[in-house]
Amino acid sequence: MSDTSFVRQEMLSEQPAPASSVGFLGWIKNNLFSTWFNSILTVIALGFVWYILAGVLPWTFLSVWNAGSLSECREIARQVWGESHGHACWAVINDRWIQLLFGFYPSHLYWRPILAFVLLGFALAPVLFPQSSRKLLILSGLYPFILPWLMWGGSIWSPIMALIGFVMGYLAIKNLSERIGQLGAIFSSIFAAFLWWLLIGPVFVDLLSANIPIALESVASRDFGGFVLALLIGIVAIVCSLPIGIILALGRQSDLIIVKAFSVAFIEFIRGVPLITLLFVASLLLNLFLPPGTEFDIILRVMIMVTLFSSAYMAEVIRGGLAALPKGQYEGADSLGLDYWQAQRLIIMPQALKVSIPGIVSTFIGLFKDTTLVSIIGLMDPLGLSQGIRANAEWNGIYWELFAFIALLFFVVCFSMSRYSMYLERKLQTDHR
Amino acid sequence: MSTLTDPRKESFSVSMLIYDTRYRSTTIQIFVLVLVLMVVFWLIRNTAQNLSDLGKPIEFGFLLEPSSYDINQRLLDYSSRDTHLRASLLGLLNTFVVAFLGCITALILGVLIGVARLSKNWLVARIMTVYVEMFRNVPVLLWIVLAMAIMIESLPTPKAFRGENATASMYFSDSVAITNRGIYIPEPLFSNSLGNLSFLGDSSVRFDISLDLMLIIAVLIAGFWTSSRINSWASKTQNETGIRPTVWYWRLSVVLLPLLVVLYYTGFHLGYPALKGFNFQGGTYLRNSLIALWLALSLYTAAFIAENVRAGILAISKGQSEAAASLGLRPGPIMNLVILPQALRVIIPPLISQFLNLTKNSSLAIAVGYMDITGTLGGITLNQTGRELEAILMMMLIYLSVSLTISALMNWYNNSVKLVER
Repeated sequence: MSDTSFVRQEMLSEQPAPASSVGFLGWIKNNLFSTWFNSILTVIALGFVWYILAGVLPWTFLSVWNAGSLSECREIARQVWGESHGHACWAVINDRWIQLLFGFYPSHLYWRPILAFVLLGFALAPVLFPQSSRKLLILSGLYPFILPWLMWGGSIWSPIMALIGFVMGYLAIKNLSERIGQLGAIFSSIFAAFLWWLLIGPVFVDLLSANIPIALESVASRDFGGFVLALLIGIVAIVCSLPIGIILALGRQSDLIIVKAFSVAFIEFIRGVPLITLLFVASLLLNLFLPPGTEFDIILRVMIMVTLFSSAYMAEVIRGGLAALPKGQYEGADSLGLDYWQAQRLIIMPQALKVSIPGIVSTFIGLFKDTTLVSIIGLMDPLGLSQGIRANAEWNGIYWELFAFIALLFFVVCFSMSRYSMYLERKLQTDHR
Repeated sequence: MSTLTDPRKESFSVSMLIYDTRYRSTTIQIFVLVLVLMVVFWLIRNTAQNLSDLGKPIEFGFLLEPSSYDINQRLLDYSSRDTHLRASLLGLLNTFVVAFLGCITALILGVLIGVARLSKNWLVARIMTVYVEMFRNVPVLLWIVLAMAIMIESLPTPKAFRGENATASMYFSDSVAITNRGIYIPEPLFSNSLGNLSFLGDSSVRFDISLDLMLIIAVLIAGFWTSSRINSWASKTQNETGIRPTVWYWRLSVVLLPLLVVLYYTGFHLGYPALKGFNFQGGTYLRNSLIALWLALSLYTAAFIAENVRAGILAISKGQSEAAASLGLRPGPIMNLVILPQALRVIIPPLISQFLNLTKNSSLAIAVGYMDITGTLGGITLNQTGRELEAILMMMLIYLSVSLTISALMNWYNNSVKLVER
C-alpha cells in the first residue's frame, strides 16, 4: 500500500478573514456600499449631510455672542467675516436667556423656582430610580405642597392646612375601615377632608398667619413665564393626569354601566376636540361655570384643562395595557379571593402599567410639548416671550436664534424622558427574549 | 341522609346596599349618577346666573349678522358683507383643506421615512433617526411658527420679481411664483365652460359646483371602472385559457381618451400668474400661512407615522418572510402578499389616530393667521360678537363630530381588514 493519499489528512491552519470583510473597510462595505442601490443612497445621503452641515455649522459657530442689538450684531459680523451671510447672533440669547427661562418672575426671587426644581429632582428620585434612598419618599409626599408655596409664595399655613386635610382623610380611613367597613371609611374620610379644607382649615390659616406670620413674598400669576411656566404646567399635569387616567381607564373597563358610560363620554369628548379649544374654555369660559364672583387664577385654570386633556389620553393608553393582559390574570386574582381593588393593586395594575410605559411616556412628552399652546391664550411661555423679544426695537427681526434655543430646551427634556422610558422598559423586562 | 332546609329568609336592611355585592354595584352607580347630575346642574345654574348677570342670554342670532371681516384664503365666494355663519363655513372648509393636504403628505413622507429607517444603509438609517427624534421632541407649534418665519423672511417679496434687474425669478418657465406672501401656481380654466350649478340660492351656506369639474370626475370614474372591468376580463381569460391577453393599452386608453376629448371640448387651458402692480394676479394663490401650516404639520406628523410604520414592519416575525421565500416567492411578492397585508393591520389603528391628531393640530392655524374654523368662528367672530360660550361650544361640536366621523369610518375599515381569530 502506497503512502500516497488523495485525501488531505492534516488540518489546514486558520486563515485570517479577507481584509475587505473585516475591520473598518469591511464595515463600510457591508453598511454603506453593499449593493449599487445602497451606494447611490450613500452618496446622496453624504451630499445631503454635507449640504446641511455646511450651512448650519458656520452659522452656529462663527457667531456673535456679545452685542446689544441685532444691527450691532450684523455690524460685528461684517467686520469680522466680511460680507458673507449666515452668522448666528447668539447675543440675543446671551442677553435674554434669563427672561426666556424665568419670564417676568421677580429677579431677586429666582432662587425659589430653582430650589423648587432641585427639590423636584430629589422628590422624583425614589419614584424613578428604585435604588435611591427610601427616605426621600417623605419628600415626594410633601412636594405637592412645597411646590405651590415656593412658586406663588404667601403664607406657609395654607399648604400646611391643605396637607393636614389629607392627613385627616388618611386617619379616618385607617381608623374607621375596621369599624364601618371599607366603603364607609372612604366616604367618611372624603367628608372629613372636605370638612377640614372648607370650614375648619381657613379659620386656622387666618388665625395662624395673623399670629405666627411665616410667609414668602407673593408672586402674581401674570409674572410667571418662560420655561419655568412650561415646566410647572407640564409637571402638575403629568403628576395629576396619571391617577385620573387610571381611574378613567378602570371606569371604561368597568361592568357598572353608568360609570362606564360617563367614562366613555368624557374620554371621547376630550379626545375629539383640540387642546386649543379647551384652553379657550380655560381662559374665557371657566369663570362663567363657577359661582358668580369667583376669580381664580389663569395658570390654575390652564393646569386644570391640560390635566383633563392628558388624562383622557392617559386613560386610553392604560386601557390598552389592561386589554393586553390575558383573561387568566383577572380570573387568577378572583380565584385567590382578592376583592376588586386588591386585584387591581396587586395583580392587574403592575402588569398593565408596565405594558403601557412607552405609551404613558409618549403621552407625557406630548403633554409637555403642548404646554407651548398657552402662548396662544396670552401666557408668556418661551414662544410667547420670543414674540415679545422680537417686538423690541433692538431685536426686531431675529427669529432663528430664539427658535433654536427654545427648540433645544424642549428637545433636552423630551428626549431625556423618552430615553428614561426605554431604560425603564429594559429594567422591568421579565420575559426572556 | 341529608336534610334540606330552606335557607333562612334574610330580612332586607339598608346596610346591605353597601355590603351585599348583589346590591352594591347598583348603589355605587346611583351614587355616581346623582353626583354627576348634581355637578352638571350646579355648573348650568352658575352659567345661567353669570350670563343673566352679564345680560347675554344664550342665542345664536349673531351667526346671521354680517361678519365684516375678510377671509383671504377661501374655496367659496365670500365678502365681508356675508354672515358669520358663512365665515365659519369657509373656515371649516379651510380646516378640511389643510387637514386633507397634510394627511396625504404626512402619509407619503412617513412611509418613506419609516422604511428608510429600517434600511440596511447605515447612513440613511441614522439620518432618518435624527429626523424622527428632531421632530418628535420639539413642539409642533414651534415648527409651525418656524415654517411661517421661513416663508416670510427667506423668500423673495413680489417686488423682487419686478424690473430689469429682478433678484428673483419664477419657476417652470414662468408658471410658478414662490414669494413670501405665498405660492402662485397655474389655475385650470375652461374657455367653453359649461358653467356652474348654484345651490341654496342666496343663503349663508350657498355653494357652486363647477360642471366642468363634475364632468371630468364622471369621465374619470367611468374610465377607471371600465379599466377594472377589462382587467377582470383579462384575469378570467387567463384562468380559463392560461394565456393573458395584452390589455394595458386598452386600459390606458379608456381612461385617457375620453378625458382628453372632454378637456378639448371644454377648452381647457392653464391661467398663469403674472406680476401686476404690487402683486401677482391670476393663477391659484396658496397663501404663506397655508403653506407653512401644511409643511409643518406634515413634517411633524410624518415623524410619528414613520415610527408607526417601522413598528408595524418590525412586528411581522422573520419566519413569515422566510416561509414565503421557501414557498418560492420573490422579494417583491413577499412584501406585497405576505408582509404588507399583515403589517397594515398593525399600522392602521395608530395611523388613524395620527390623522386625527393632524386634523386637531390644524387648529394651531390661529398662530400663523390661517383662517380655519378656529381662526374664524373661534377667533374673529368670537372677539367681534363677544359670544364666547356659543362660539366655543359650536367649535367643539364641529371638531367632535369631525373626529368621531373619521374614527368611525376608519374603525369600520379597520374591522373589515381585521384578522378573523378563533
